[in-house]
Amino acid sequence: MSKESQIHPYQRPDLEFKSSSLSVPVLVLGTNDLSVIEQQLLLKIKQAPDFFRYSPLIIDLQELNKLALTLDLTDLIAQLRKQDLLPIGIRGGMEEQNQAALKLGIPKMSAQSNSASTQAKPVHKLPLEPEPEPEPVKNEAEPSETRVITQPIRSGQRIYSHGDLIVLAQVSAGAEIMAEGNIHVYNTLRGRALAGVQGNTEARIFCSDLQAELISIAGNYKISEDLDSSVRNKPVQIYLNELALIIKAL
Amino acid sequence: MARIIVVTSGKGGVGKTTTSAAIAMGLAKKGHKTAVIDFDVGLRNLDLILGCERRVVYDFVNVINGEATLNQALIKDKRCNQLFILPASQTRDKDALTVEGVGRVLEELSKDFKYIVCDSPAGIEKGAHLAMYFADDAFVVTNPEVSSVRDSDRMLGIMASKSKRAENNEEPIKEYLLLTRYSPERVKLGEMLSVEDVQEILSLHLLGVIPESKSVLNASNSGIPVILDDKSDAGQAYEDIVARYLGEDRPHRFIDEEKKGIFGKLFRSK
Repeated sequence: MSKESQIHPYQRPDLEFKSSSLSVPVLVLGTNDLSVIEQQLLLKIKQAPDFFRYSPLIIDLQELNKLALTLDLTDLIAQLRKQDLLPIGIRGGMEEQNQAALKLGIPKMSAQSNSASTQAKPVHKLPLEPEPEPEPVKNEAEPSETRVITQPIRSGQRIYSHGDLIVLAQVSAGAEIMAEGNIHVYNTLRGRALAGVQGNTEARIFCSDLQAELISIAGNYKISEDLDSSVRNKPVQIYLNELALIIKAL
Repeated sequence: MARIIVVTSGKGGVGKTTTSAAIAMGLAKKGHKTAVIDFDVGLRNLDLILGCERRVVYDFVNVINGEATLNQALIKDKRCNQLFILPASQTRDKDALTVEGVGRVLEELSKDFKYIVCDSPAGIEKGAHLAMYFADDAFVVTNPEVSSVRDSDRMLGIMASKSKRAENNEEPIKEYLLLTRYSPERVKLGEMLSVEDVQEILSLHLLGVIPESKSVLNASNSGIPVILDDKSDAGQAYEDIVARYLGEDRPHRFIDEEKKGIFGKLFRSK
């Protein structure tokens, strides 16, 4: 994750370990029949080929072990790789399965979360672990979730984007634009602009002429009255720094 | 097929009906068969501005309800035989208008009229919505002050999302800005928004500026559309607007303060 630090410029170290939680599809196996697995995988992949191509994958053996079924991991992994899936970990396996996986260069993950068990720590996430099923749909749609608006957004209109929002025309006073990601306005921004409305504190707002009634990132907002005259009517970017809205001239 | 023009603004009292009457008369005078419809059901005014209030028998709502035919309700103007007026009902309210009903009347009118001018009521409710719903072109009437500009902006937003053209994903309504009651002197004093200010906020194509003028009130009170008063600045401004709308290239007037000599100051034609 690259985080610019405009405030305190510092020497970037050559090497850095950072912890990060990612969402990775988990393949939960309910059978040890490789041909059945192959067929069902093909079907699934067909639904969202772009999502599955070279997708990292975690193999979950818990169900399989509950049913006391055995499976040759070498064959399974070869099978998955053949279908352009890249297994990066296994979880819920017995000791010998974990050992076998390790030999193939695949580490054991803790059963509860996606992070490797060696650095297992509480993950601040919603308790609901995402099922592997609905994820493809969500992730696949992501690139197209950027909304581009070319017409002026008039007073009283509301625009919402599940990803980024790009506006090429003006945003009038009394209009409201919202995005789960970043907001770009390549014109005058007079209305309200709310970025990161689902809590993304990394979201930013960019506009070429700031006259907004209200700006907000992940719920941290400023009203027009609080805007400094040094940034008013100027091209700016707005971002969050430790819950403080920073408005910087571009 | 007729071209349907809506004259709208959001805000009241900015000059929609004056503009509707003037534009309709202007188009008719150029030889185009034009109908002008008063959508302000319950607050009928257009007939007064056009001086035909004593000839109203049937109205728009009667036609929608099938109580009268279009030919019975349309009033032919006495000054120009190309102009017809469909008055609003004074005893009903906006709920008497329906999408189907309005659509039917407009379709029937389209058959033998060249232009249909819809005089929208103020507000953004049913009457205003139906007036713009079927439009091809919109004349957005705005006064050079902030609340009128914002209301126009709101109306533009509604037209962009809730018109028939928007719903059917057709080419959007063509929008034109008409800046009315403009006074260059007051703009200079900083009491009024300038043409540039309004255009910057609305980013609309300016069709014309109508200067603040006594002739407008006089014309309204006497039931003569101001465009027929070709001596008045407002009348000339509307004449320009009609010509520009029909494709003529005319320079904008009445934007800057007139440089008047001592005689001009003494004998203002206002």
